[in-house]
Amino acid sequence: MDFDDSPADAEFRAVARSWLDANAPKELESSLRHAGFGELVLDGTDVLTASRHWQQRKAAAGWACPHWPREYGGRGLTPIEQVIWQQEEGVYGRLAAPFIVGHGMCGPTLMSHAGEEDRRRYLPPLASGEEIWCQLFSEPGAGSDLAGISTRASADAGAWVVNGQKVWTSFAHLSDFGLLLARTDPAVPKHRGLTMFFVDMHAPGVEVRPIKQANGQHGFNEVFFSDVRIPDRQRLGPVGNGWHVALTTLMNERLAIGSGMPTGFEEIFNWCCSLAQSGAKVLDDRAVRTRLATWAARRSGLKYTAARAITALSRGATPGPENSVGKLVAGSTMQEVAEFALSLAGPLGVVSDPRAAVDGGRFQSMLLRAPATRLEGGTDEILRNIIAERVLGLPPDIRLDKDIPFNRIPSRGDAG
Amino acid sequence: MNLEFSAEQQSLRDAARRLLADRCTPEMVRRILDGTDRYDRGLWRELAELGYLGVAIPEEFGGSGAGYLELCVIAEELGRVLAPVPVSSSTYLAAEFLKIGGSAGQQAAYLPKLASGALIGTFALAERAGEPNWQLLRARVEGDRLTGTKTVVADGDTADFAVVAARAADAPGPSLYLLDLHGAGVVRRPLTTIDPSRGYAELTIHSAPVEPLALGEVGGRVLRRVLDGAAVLMAFEQLGGAERALELACAYAKERWAFGRPIGSNQAIKHMLADMYVSVTLARSNAYFGAWALSTGADALGEAAACARISATQAFQHCARNNTQVHGGSGFTWAVDCHLYYRRSNLLALALGGLAPWEDRLIDELQRSAASQRG
Repeated sequence: MDFDDSPADAEFRAVARSWLDANAPKELESSLRHAGFGELVLDGTDVLTASRHWQQRKAAAGWACPHWPREYGGRGLTPIEQVIWQQEEGVYGRLAAPFIVGHGMCGPTLMSHAGEEDRRRYLPPLASGEEIWCQLFSEPGAGSDLAGISTRASADAGAWVVNGQKVWTSFAHLSDFGLLLARTDPAVPKHRGLTMFFVDMHAPGVEVRPIKQANGQHGFNEVFFSDVRIPDRQRLGPVGNGWHVALTTLMNERLAIGSGMPTGFEEIFNWCCSLAQSGAKVLDDRAVRTRLATWAARRSGLKYTAARAITALSRGATPGPENSVGKLVAGSTMQEVAEFALSLAGPLGVVSDPRAAVDGGRFQSMLLRAPATRLEGGTDEILRNIIAERVLGLPPDIRLDKDIPFNRIPSRGDAG
Repeated sequence: MNLEFSAEQQSLRDAARRLLADRCTPEMVRRILDGTDRYDRGLWRELAELGYLGVAIPEEFGGSGAGYLELCVIAEELGRVLAPVPVSSSTYLAAEFLKIGGSAGQQAAYLPKLASGALIGTFALAERAGEPNWQLLRARVEGDRLTGTKTVVADGDTADFAVVAARAADAPGPSLYLLDLHGAGVVRRPLTTIDPSRGYAELTIHSAPVEPLALGEVGGRVLRRVLDGAAVLMAFEQLGGAERALELACAYAKERWAFGRPIGSNQAIKHMLADMYVSVTLARSNAYFGAWALSTGADALGEAAACARISATQAFQHCARNNTQVHGGSGFTWAVDCHLYYRRSNLLALALGGLAPWEDRLIDELQRSAASQRG
């Protein structure tokens, strides 16, 4: 057991570090480090401009999506080198927020299912941030039950005509292309009637509307499709094989390897330390110590779970569903931390105005953002199902819609 | 980056698991639970002959000198099967006190016999209800005689000697002494605990001759270091028990049918088991952090030991409690093994101090490193 790099990895780390030293936008470091939870906001700088600028500088030197093959805009790094790159890029990695869905999900799906010509056309600008991609999966009527989507793609003279609505689409308003899961056959059971496409987000009939989230921010969108025509050559995989393609996308959901998921522990511990320095007795309180120690042990457990995953990765293993643990633990921990921090502040805990709130309002914004971390990218309940079924081998849930054609699945409307 | 045991350590694990599956069955644990023997002598002998008791004892003192990682592997396997043997008292504590705090003469006198299993040692700290407070020990040493009462001494009913924490007449803080438990002035009274598969005793000590091991400030430092190491090793035992309880619960959830289907197809059961898996995963990762810190002598040992201890205590209690719940009514019968895990998880939760002192240790360590980062 050790935390040292192999000689080759150490050499790679030195190369990455020296390039970052010479090229990283150091003027943004402090605001990136102190950026709050949820949507990235930078003092006096437009986030998209800064993000594109950094992404293009990386692309010019081959660091844009370094774990991709070179011919698609990458650098051909091994998985362990990719982890090292992420560790070294550190806070600057936050600038990639507008590209994460494209890099983490759309890109790998294109790599697996698009033809060679399309891969060479679309992947390099996706890597460099020149073109932004979004993922059009969830719908108002189909979230956890993703295979229950009803956006319809009908064949029409060598093309497809799409009608329907998608929701929770991050960065749709900035996107040039989207990965679209649509129903091409409602007369077969739900998993079998789906087909995957990619769609030009500037095409006629595509309308993006921002969603005002529960915390007041606008990180997501609704996307409406009205008779949008998609050429058949933008189909990914065979007709009716969309669920299989979607699974490759979901398997590629960015793994929280290397960096670890934020739990809010650092924030509350640092705040308690600064209170203690100014004479408050908060760290002498048994109840406070117990809560902090419990979170500290959880955070440490997540950190070393990631270290074990990296060890497995460096030995050639494929990251498995075990990695669901990170988000499951971090999400609810952050919510507990925020609630407790507010209670420590007493009546002032309700104040969210950064000029008047304790610790600049960070725990209030954490509190208001926290519910989303337990929902996005797989709800806590779906993650528990994944662990139970795929890790522990427990039987699948009983599904009442199994083997029933999609258009005959009972819904609330049928209950009369 | 490598946070995994080596191939050799994995094969040690496989060998230990095979041996214990055969030699430490639930029936054997129940023989101690139900009977008058306080530990399984045959298993103890076998562990000694295989060299398991001496893996972290240097070769010059009769051990194999392999190291702490090997002892962590063995601890996890002993924890899986709830082994009714005094390894934690004798190997994680007594031998470590001698290794870390003993004189060359004491090491030569005791370590070979601890490695061979000929001697069983233990550690005596607690004196009354509540978390032991090192600064308020009542046991006193005057001249070379110790007087006081030590209670809930693990294996105190069968051990040959104890490392005893007591106040020296002229030194602040806890000092450590070697006490012959067969000698004059020592009366042992066996205690019945929530887990009768392990032996406990109260020691009434009246003017018994003792030999100093580490006195005053040195005693405090040795005590801190040995407890940190023991917390890591105990965390591996707890981890082994937690994982086994999870396995038993999963197996039952698949084989037990109700309402026309396996109970494990209900989300109420699946999600309970998923949460148990999560706690075992966190406990394993923290235990590995502890193993790394212990085996490399890292400055982070205090933090790592506390994380390992807290995480493993929570995981074992969580898994043992919910293993019984998944088993339903049968889980509350004497005949089904759930209560063995439930008992042991709660016994180990209080060995080496409960959660509170380890929470304190963790917060203190984090404050210390935060202060040193601030400069």
